[in-house]
Amino acid sequence: MSTVDEQAKVPDSPAGAETGAPPAEAADESSGSFIFLFFIIGFFAAAILGWVVFPKVLYSTQYQPIDFSHAEHVEMVDEGCESCHYLREDGSFSGVPTLAECIDCHEEINGDSEDERIFYEEYVAKDREVPWLVYSRQPDCVFFSHAAHIVGAEMECATCHGDIGESDSLKPYQENRITGYSRDIWGYNIAGFKRNTWDRMKMDDCSDCHQEAGGVAHSSSVQTQRGACFVCHK
Amino acid sequence: MTSAQTHTENGAQTDGKPVAHGADNGHLHKYGMVIDLDKCTGCGACMVACMSENNVPFRDDETDKLTSITWMRVYKLTNGKPYPDNDVCYLPRPCQHCEGHAGHSPCVSVCPATATDYSTETGIVSQIYTRCFGCRYCMAACPYHARYFNWWDPVWPDGMEKYLSPNVSPRMRGVVEKCNFCFQRYQLAKDKVYVDGESTVSEEAYQTACTQACPAGAITFGDLNNPEHLVHQLAQPDDHHHGHPRNPNAFRLLERLGTNTKVYYVSSREWVRRAGDNYLPDEQTGGGGH
Repeated sequence: MSTVDEQAKVPDSPAGAETGAPPAEAADESSGSFIFLFFIIGFFAAAILGWVVFPKVLYSTQYQPIDFSHAEHVEMVDEGCESCHYLREDGSFSGVPTLAECIDCHEEINGDSEDERIFYEEYVAKDREVPWLVYSRQPDCVFFSHAAHIVGAEMECATCHGDIGESDSLKPYQENRITGYSRDIWGYNIAGFKRNTWDRMKMDDCSDCHQEAGGVAHSSSVQTQRGACFVCHK
Repeated sequence: MTSAQTHTENGAQTDGKPVAHGADNGHLHKYGMVIDLDKCTGCGACMVACMSENNVPFRDDETDKLTSITWMRVYKLTNGKPYPDNDVCYLPRPCQHCEGHAGHSPCVSVCPATATDYSTETGIVSQIYTRCFGCRYCMAACPYHARYFNWWDPVWPDGMEKYLSPNVSPRMRGVVEKCNFCFQRYQLAKDKVYVDGESTVSEEAYQTACTQACPAGAITFGDLNNPEHLVHQLAQPDDHHHGHPRNPNAFRLLERLGTNTKVYYVSSREWVRRAGDNYLPDEQTGGGGH
């Protein structure tokens, strides 16, 4: 920048500086601060665009058909999470309960909540499955075995799913418009920081645990000497 | 987690420690196949079962074998002699799941993307479609033409997508696919092992679709490491000679390449066994197992 050069010359020619330099220096100074101002504006504009606007544009927000309270239901059932989300006899996991399983208790309206009334009138009466939005749905190429984690590794549900069992209402579901995956897979922190094990569930987050665990399944790959791909992929 | 605790208490190999992620922990399987070519009638039921089990895409015109995808393919061999000495043999060819030396099968050792891998737990050569970028180096390396490239995105007739297996991820354009010994069935069988608190996947719990579909019972599938499994008894693999079959009627395709495959063929006919490799006119049939 010319300003630096001009200033450097000042001690050499004080006379010249006094006569001709001042107006030019003033102009340079103001253009310099303008450049700095534009840099600052640009920096903040880009930061806001990238950190605030982009995530908002990238994810579409949807709401669950019924505001289900896990906390209320957990109080009423005997076996905690497993009362509704259980392993079937063939080893597969039941996942989200079907309407038939809900009807076991909700054949009639039991309480006086608005959400239960909607559930009864819209789904039970019309015999329609509830189109729940599943926060933890993994991509198609992933094979996740609940049996291996719950029975084999004796993990708690909350390690991956967080404290959803204690929540009074369902949070909005955010879907990545490009991939169609739930935001819970990438995580809510756009910078990728995570504080809890359940903050996000990408492949790296799976391998965090899998690298620590021993066993054949975690060193069976000839290519990498780690867990083979065909343990979690299909 | 009441049921979880019950299961681990019943579990055979827990010994008070947490089961280190493995209903099959400690069990090194080597899944393989024995195909009796004297029984095979060439009906193609294995090919149909395979395509249906594994969501294999097909095209309107399947006659162009350069672009069609057949994980399991039945070849027709003849002895080339005129009547009445003419003889025909049908040879089903899945992926041979080469072990090579210490798991360095031809395709695994060339893959630049780590998209294909050899598992020492199951002996299965895997293919991860989302990792493959379609260079097709593995196709060039495979001596058995067992690998296929997706030139197009799969298109199923209206309504047929409802019949696809949810346990198999459909492939996209630009990736390579191949037989994986119906690995999804192993995954599901393992889930059941966890829930039942058993120690390992049993022979009947994990069988491939082609094995179960074969009306002639020509295909046998199981763990070559387990002497109780039928495949072991049929092929009698010699572990000191890279799995070379001790059954004199058994052979492997292009055995002398050293691919150390896990698909064994059995035939009482010498010309069929001779068709499994390239022999010089005066050379003796067999003689692999280096």
